[in-house]
Amino acid sequence: MEYHLQTPLKIEDIEKLNAGDIVYISGEILTARDEAHARILEMEEKREELPFSLEGAVIYHCGPLMQQTESGWKAISAGPTTSGRMSKMTPLLLKAHGVRAIIGKGGMKGVADAMKKRCVYLAYTGGCAALAAELIKEVKAVHWLDLGMPEAVWVLRVEEFGPLIVGIDAKGKDIFAEVREKAQKQLKSRSKARKA
Amino acid sequence: MSSKVSRETFIRSIADLLRKAEIELPDDVVDALRKAEAAEENPVAKFQLQAILKNIEIAKKHEVPMCQDTGIMIFFAEIGTEFQPGFDLEAAIREAVILATAEIPLRPNAVDPLTRKNSGNNTGAGIPDIHWKFVPGNQLKITAAPKGAGSENMSSLRMFNPTEAGSIKNFVLETVVNAGGMPCPPLTIGVGIGGSFDAAARLAKEALLEPLDALMEGLEREILEAVNALGIGCMGLGGSTTALSVHMKTAHCHTASLPVAVNIQCWANRHASVVFRGEE
Repeated sequence: MEYHLQTPLKIEDIEKLNAGDIVYISGEILTARDEAHARILEMEEKREELPFSLEGAVIYHCGPLMQQTESGWKAISAGPTTSGRMSKMTPLLLKAHGVRAIIGKGGMKGVADAMKKRCVYLAYTGGCAALAAELIKEVKAVHWLDLGMPEAVWVLRVEEFGPLIVGIDAKGKDIFAEVREKAQKQLKSRSKARKA
Repeated sequence: MSSKVSRETFIRSIADLLRKAEIELPDDVVDALRKAEAAEENPVAKFQLQAILKNIEIAKKHEVPMCQDTGIMIFFAEIGTEFQPGFDLEAAIREAVILATAEIPLRPNAVDPLTRKNSGNNTGAGIPDIHWKFVPGNQLKITAAPKGAGSENMSSLRMFNPTEAGSIKNFVLETVVNAGGMPCPPLTIGVGIGGSFDAAARLAKEALLEPLDALMEGLEREILEAVNALGIGCMGLGGSTTALSVHMKTAHCHTASLPVAVNIQCWANRHASVVFRGEE
């Protein structure tokens, strides 16, 4: 199935998605990677208020290449970064905030449970950064630029951002885990055959 | 006697070399990706490979870096023993990196390893990373190979016992399985065997620069077939193209050791070369 979604996302928007479906997103998305995740959790612990809202939010694991022009920031190249680095911090983030979708690449080990009935993981083709930049229509704001260009939180207005593939749905199905388990099984039987 | 190339021309050429490496993939890499797309039967994987090919076109058309991870700056230089530059080559390459970062532009990626403070211009202690090799003649060949972190982070090195050569294939497969979709497959896999702890890693990185259409030897082909049978596929979502090629480089090593390094490269196997000629 193919879906075209508008942000902010409602729980009903994502509950209907199945792993393998294709999704396009329009509206606002926020970039966040290692340092931004760490800071969000740190502020959470100190009960400080974030400078942006994560209710119904779409987080994009991306450290974009931006250029400052006379009319403001422009996205030059902005593909997804490896989501695996955020795996440990994500369940805590999902618990505290209403994040409804995470866009990234490579999947996230051990977060399918935390995503159930809350959030979906949308895979965007890694490295396809020139393609992604074309779909970013406006850089609306930037937070935490002190973390450096890649690690800052960029608020982006996107149109038909995709194609995204539902890698982990809100029902616990995780395509990456299935592919990984199959490969691991094959590796194991190969080592057994070698030892025999 | 000094070379024909002035410092200014050299800096301009290296900045242009980086632009080429960041925006356009070598033909052999694009060909390998096209072949993979044509052969792929898994619809999700085919879809992803098509996105990659489209991205390559857009980057070329708009002259923007194909990936936002414009990498850490790595150069391989082969300098002729008779080539006399007449200026500090390393300082000039560093200047070219700063220039390229501002004008292409490139994402500033170089940070202090502990404070994580970003230098803002892709240079820093030990960066750009320049490897020198003396060769006969009076030419200087420089290859720029900016390397992204997604794939570099999935690379691996192990010191095997000397009698364990039979385990090398399994070590590569283990590395690829652990990496899954994280390093942006389809991969190029460089395997460095022998040398020492650091020399093995260098060999593996050099192996990534081999043309993808170069003939693969017995073990290389065997590893490639086994890797592609794993079913990890493009971006780890399944399929038959997990790697485009496997290349090995070897060096003699101590009789008591067997270092093996596996350097993983993403589909964007970026590199470009330029040759400067000295005075005749």
